[in-house]
Amino acid sequence: MVTVTTNVERLKKSTDRRRYTDRTFYTVFLLSTLVSTAALIIIFATLSLESFEFFTHVSMAEFLTSTRWTVLFAEKHFGVLPLLNATILTSLIAIAVAAPLGVMIALLLSEYASVNIRSVIKPVVETLAGIPTVVYGYFALYFVTPNLLRPLWEGLQLHNALAVGLMIGVLIIPIVASISDDAMSAVPADLRLAAYAVGSRKSDVALRVVLPAALSGVSASIILAFARAMGETMIAAIAGGFRSILTFNIGESMETMTAYIAQVATGDAPHGTIEYQSLFAVGLFLLLITAALNYIGIKVVKRWAIKY
Amino acid sequence: MGHQVLTGAERRHVGLRKIFDRVLPIILSVAVFVAVATVASLLLTVIITGGHRLSWNLILNYPSANPEDAGMRSAILGSIFTVGLSALICIPLSIATAIYLVEYSRGGRLSSILSYNIANLAGVPSVIFGVVALGFLAYWLGMGRTVITGAFTLAILTLPLVTVTSVEALKAVPDDLRFGAYALGATTLQVVRRVTLPRALPMMLTGGILGISRALGEAAPILVVSGLLFIREDPTSLFSKFTVMPLQLYNWISRPQPAFIELSSAGIIVLLLILLALNGAAIGLRQYLIRRMGQNWR
Repeated sequence: MVTVTTNVERLKKSTDRRRYTDRTFYTVFLLSTLVSTAALIIIFATLSLESFEFFTHVSMAEFLTSTRWTVLFAEKHFGVLPLLNATILTSLIAIAVAAPLGVMIALLLSEYASVNIRSVIKPVVETLAGIPTVVYGYFALYFVTPNLLRPLWEGLQLHNALAVGLMIGVLIIPIVASISDDAMSAVPADLRLAAYAVGSRKSDVALRVVLPAALSGVSASIILAFARAMGETMIAAIAGGFRSILTFNIGESMETMTAYIAQVATGDAPHGTIEYQSLFAVGLFLLLITAALNYIGIKVVKRWAIKY
Repeated sequence: MGHQVLTGAERRHVGLRKIFDRVLPIILSVAVFVAVATVASLLLTVIITGGHRLSWNLILNYPSANPEDAGMRSAILGSIFTVGLSALICIPLSIATAIYLVEYSRGGRLSSILSYNIANLAGVPSVIFGVVALGFLAYWLGMGRTVITGAFTLAILTLPLVTVTSVEALKAVPDDLRFGAYALGATTLQVVRRVTLPRALPMMLTGGILGISRALGEAAPILVVSGLLFIREDPTSLFSKFTVMPLQLYNWISRPQPAFIELSSAGIIVLLLILLALNGAAIGLRQYLIRRMGQNWR
């Protein structure tokens, strides 16, 4: 009898201990998972609070409508439009490069490539996203502009939006290619077979059946790639220069929002000054735009996912 | 006789369509060619401009106003410190997150909200991480523009990437193994520790290495956090001022003298070689483990 009781007690103790460790680890895992959410909250809160300071000195109307951004000069103007304009122009050029090339690669991967060829092409394309962006900046400034663009466009400035956009475009090809490829591979085989059954050629199946059927995935990939392009910093800082002038001439130097952040960070902007706070205002503005784009992109992906 | 239905023009049209059908894959391949050509000309440019400047001095010397004997010693050490520390923070955190999402609350409501947040974090532009780290970690928490602040920035920046691979690694473990363990009365923690984690760990580490190589190439967030493009002293503690390799390169790239352009090319070669080695290690690890795991599962 005595031994039985001790055994039961020991058993109970061991179960209790196990339950306790289980619970402890569960808590650790849950807390770790909450880190990402906490980070999102901190990101939003920090940007908002410092921007709030910024907007006690600068009116929202001036920020959004003035066409001069001269925060680092003696006579200060706080119109974000020149920076926004540069960001949008370079991102549009990037999309003009990445959208066709990315979709072409996706079509090749999903409709034509065998498993073996796929396993060669995919890593090659992914390499584009793995190259550090300073290297792209270097390439834009010292190869693309002088060797490729200058011979075609004489008045081109050394720092210019065109080269920046082209290089960002190369950088985001993998985003368009991989999301579009997923969308195309998700198109049911029935659609392809039906098209073949009525006598379609392979090219018709690819361009007139698969591409339209995957269109929402393809457009989502372009939206997400556009958001990524807007956030790219080093290429714009190196090859685009720091000239915050509102211009639509892509052959000129122009400063994107991200390049402005880089410029202030390396310059002298002591904690608490308006220059310092402007980092956060520009950052928040950029975050809101890219978050909206990502939201739309993810929504579009989800909607297309339900369809099949 | 039935062939007579087509007129000459129609036949020509069909002929063109036939040709188009044949050449479409070739047209599509042009896009891959553009990608390869870009990478190739990038590498060629860098090697031709900077190949002859590769030397041990480039790695061992401090930066200097004289391009002849300038090196990136302090930047390399800064990169090792910050990126290494960020990996130590990011990889365990990612694995713990993945365990929670896959093993504890798979398909739950909370789990889908948390996954959505991770996806959102992945969409935040990298430079924003720097700005927030500067405001929150460096000034509000008083950690300063130091190695530790940089490490936390990179850890959170690479968190979504590494977490997603870790989640995939756990999902790749066959459910049969889980059910078997649960049927024997194992707790979730036991299943994780003895069954799923050992099998998923290799792929998780591969993801970790990819996260490290992403962090090594990141310049923008560190630019904002550190504010220094070059520094003439080694980082010695978590609270040292620091810079990293991509920023040292940025500094050299921004100087117009040809000697510095050559120097930056040589530095880029070093950085790319390190990244190549890391990616090679990741691929090698994956191949080796897939082979080993294939045997385990049978």
